[in-house]
Amino acid sequence: MADLQQLEALVSQVRRDILRQVHKVNSGHPGGSLGCTEFFVALYKVLMDRKDGFSMDGKGEDLFFLSNGHISPVFYSVLARSGYFPVEELNTFRLLNSRLQGHPTTHEGLPGVRIASGSLGQGISVSIGAAQAKKLNNDDHLIYTLCGDGELQEGQNWEAIMYAAGNKVDNLIVTIDLNGQQIDGSTDNVLPMGNIKAKFEAFGWDVMEIEAGNNLEAVIDGMKTAKTKTGNGKPVCVLLHTIMGHGVDFMMHTHAWHGKAPNDEQLAVGLAQNPETLGDY
Amino acid sequence: MKKYTDTGKKDTRSGFGDGLTELGKTNKNVVAMCADLTGSLKMDDFKENHPERFFQVGIAEANMIGMAAGMTIGGKIPFTGTFANFSTGRVYDQIRQSVAYSGKNVKICASHAGVTLGEDGATHQILEDIGLMKMLPGMTVINTCDYNQTKAATIAIAKHDGPVYLRFGRPKVANFTPDNQDFKIGKAVHLQEGTDVSIVATGHLVWEALLAAETLNEQGIKAEVLNIHTIKPLDNKAILDSVKKTRCVVTAEEHNYLGGLGESVSRVLAENTPTPQEFVATNDTFGESGTPEQLMEKYGLNADAIVKAALKVIARK
Repeated sequence: MADLQQLEALVSQVRRDILRQVHKVNSGHPGGSLGCTEFFVALYKVLMDRKDGFSMDGKGEDLFFLSNGHISPVFYSVLARSGYFPVEELNTFRLLNSRLQGHPTTHEGLPGVRIASGSLGQGISVSIGAAQAKKLNNDDHLIYTLCGDGELQEGQNWEAIMYAAGNKVDNLIVTIDLNGQQIDGSTDNVLPMGNIKAKFEAFGWDVMEIEAGNNLEAVIDGMKTAKTKTGNGKPVCVLLHTIMGHGVDFMMHTHAWHGKAPNDEQLAVGLAQNPETLGDY
Repeated sequence: MKKYTDTGKKDTRSGFGDGLTELGKTNKNVVAMCADLTGSLKMDDFKENHPERFFQVGIAEANMIGMAAGMTIGGKIPFTGTFANFSTGRVYDQIRQSVAYSGKNVKICASHAGVTLGEDGATHQILEDIGLMKMLPGMTVINTCDYNQTKAATIAIAKHDGPVYLRFGRPKVANFTPDNQDFKIGKAVHLQEGTDVSIVATGHLVWEALLAAETLNEQGIKAEVLNIHTIKPLDNKAILDSVKKTRCVVTAEEHNYLGGLGESVSRVLAENTPTPQEFVATNDTFGESGTPEQLMEKYGLNADAIVKAALKVIARK
């Protein structure tokens, strides 16, 4: 494991990658990407037991599924900076003939991606299938999943949440990015979801919270705790409290930057707040 | 004229169940998933013999399709089972994104397709599923005609790498294709030689096409009959070779004429050799309650309807 200082440096660099990707093509989703940066760095650099290279079947390693595919900028940046493909390829984000589609896909053969996502609500089901396949293969590695909180409004999630608990899918850690925002406003205004923790618990999940979802150390510690909860007959849910747009002051605490790219001046401000540490692509 | 014998009426869904039983013994990567219709889909044997590879998902088809996509990532070959309506329309976006666009090796096995589901009525009688599935890039679409063929197709699709939609039905129908046949995906089966009209049929309408050919033969009309079990990829060559001789075609299917086999055949003909065509299919309508025979009669999906269409299209040559 890299030390915390190195990981913090990577967090800063990933935030730059996110801003530069969406700025270049004047499209994409910076808000949720920035809010989940610490989570992705913790996952790929500390938590997951990953093999070198990429094979679709993922036997003998931990797997990650991104259900809220629109936060592809952070996914692509961390995949590239974890060695799945050249960092320079981030230059092709959302361009014609790119492997870095607006939403992640297996269709163009991008290493690190095992399912297409974008149409919301499908990731937990896919993860359960992958988790059950691991059990059939006597592979004791874990499945990690990330979902948005607004995404939980999709009904398929609750089919999956019911199934996972009822069938003791306990090699699965589903993290909910609890930023309280969605396209049309706050989740409480668009469609109040009530007590998400109580809902998961009522369905039979082992639920824990990470209150400081943008504090790298807190995320690492919290996810390590989540890992210890696996294998106990219950699927594990982590409620990750994040701030949409975290790390760029004018993008924080608002849904306005869910799917909007910064202009030249805004990019300069955002980059100034996130120093170049490992080299821009 | 070749003679075909019904060796005893059997349901195509039992062909699926028996094919799955066979796969359970021969391919350890095959897993089966069902959304609370295990008995209707004839999946009981597999469930009993391979409980660790059988996944009861409850009345939650969207989750079933997503789970199936995830299973493939661990090298499994999932066969999902539910009614055709709940296998397609209900879960279209899940199939589109998690299976088809993601290129996952999922076998979507759908029973109770079409009006022959019978008394349950239109809510359950999907007549649009072939269209929905054939429009998905990379999806193979198969509609088998009898028990033996459904069993053979079930076994064959496990060897095919890629998403497949396998459509079959509820009622007991003539079982006339060979036992242990070699099922070739995308390859039409030539059932009758003829020079006056080509009858291109799929699913339950194949047997009706053979009956129609006999009636036409009594009138001195030589009908060529093709069994198109694979609607996508379509055996263009078999169709074009046939109409070269006959110069007219009747397509027959238990499906809406919009989006079905007939339209696929029309496209091939339009691109290669524009040919008069009549469609034996439902006419942009929902079904209703009734016995399968009554419904096939009312909606013009039987041998009589094929004979009428053949006479009409021959007159248009």
